[in-house]
Amino acid sequence: MSSTTPYSTPAKLAHWLIAALILAAFPLGLYMHELSLSPEKLRLYSYHKWIGMTVLLLFMPRLLWRLVRPPPALLPGPAWQLKLAEATHWLLYLLMAAVPLCGWLMSSAKGFQVVYLGLVPLPDLVGKDQALGTLLADLHSSLAWALMVLIVVHAAAALKHHLIDRDDTLRRILPFVKLPSGETRS
Amino acid sequence: MINPRLAWSAVLLLAGAAQAVEFTEIQPADSKLVFTSKQMGVPVDGGFGRLSGQIRFDPAAPSAASARLEIDLSSIDAGSAEATEEVVGKQWLNVKAFPTAGFQSTSVKALGGDRFEAVGQLTIKGRTRDMTAPFTFKQEGTAGVFDGVFVLKRLDFGIGEGTWSDVSTVANEIQIKFHVVAGAAQH
Repeated sequence: MSSTTPYSTPAKLAHWLIAALILAAFPLGLYMHELSLSPEKLRLYSYHKWIGMTVLLLFMPRLLWRLVRPPPALLPGPAWQLKLAEATHWLLYLLMAAVPLCGWLMSSAKGFQVVYLGLVPLPDLVGKDQALGTLLADLHSSLAWALMVLIVVHAAAALKHHLIDRDDTLRRILPFVKLPSGETRS
Repeated sequence: MINPRLAWSAVLLLAGAAQAVEFTEIQPADSKLVFTSKQMGVPVDGGFGRLSGQIRFDPAAPSAASARLEIDLSSIDAGSAEATEEVVGKQWLNVKAFPTAGFQSTSVKALGGDRFEAVGQLTIKGRTRDMTAPFTFKQEGTAGVFDGVFVLKRLDFGIGEGTWSDVSTVANEIQIKFHVVAGAAQH
């Protein structure tokens, strides 16, 4: 039965890796922004950018994998919940690419090229432009907050399925969990 | 056939070009000093808006040349508002106590073609160090244009003290490019 089909291993791996990176980058971004200029601030900004670029890097194969190997169908539920779940997933995908992309453009606009891991210079897709930099900074921050809200909604829904509905929605994305095939849990 | 009159004109022209032309008047509006620092491996461009001084340079007699350049450190742009505000402070350039940086040449030698090398002393933040800067010289119209690049080690001058002396975040090496335009004084 498709209802208990787990996510594929690459999909699980990408899900948790990207989740961990996003959940590290967000508070780091909030914290570093408040620091006054210091070597620590420069270091943290670089780490933040490297994490973001890693998310962007992982995003591409993840999206391709999802298109090639569609995830297991949603477990049965009220139509509005299924629609909401579908929309949330695509918005999450959109934002997990848009937030780091926006940060990259913002860094270029502010006159700081992004050098991935301090080794690989990424091209400046926009030139130095303070006004554009400020605009992209606002956008980066707004989109990051939107992403956080979606992640909370997403995680709350997963917990609701796990704790209240007691279905396999959460379990099938968890690593190292074997689902008894062909059986649905009550 | 060679037209003798044309040949004569050419000789006269060449003689005119070889006549000693000394470049002396620095044109501040056209001259500039830019630099590139590296922060966490990221090149960041900056520059100084005000550069002045005296030059005596005759490309035909480079060994007699001399230069004295002065940079108004408060005219710095360090690449971002936050950095510009930071680098005029005590730990960096301490512009209040040391408003200018200066270069005084001690010798200039020809390296062949349009390439030369200036040796001299650079003073920043009360510290004087020997430095060597290769440069090229080009005559553009009536002006002489000097372009050169050299690498300055910021810690030699105490630029970035305290926690900033950590060169793993802001590299010790700062690449400096100068572009000096000087008008000619005919002799």
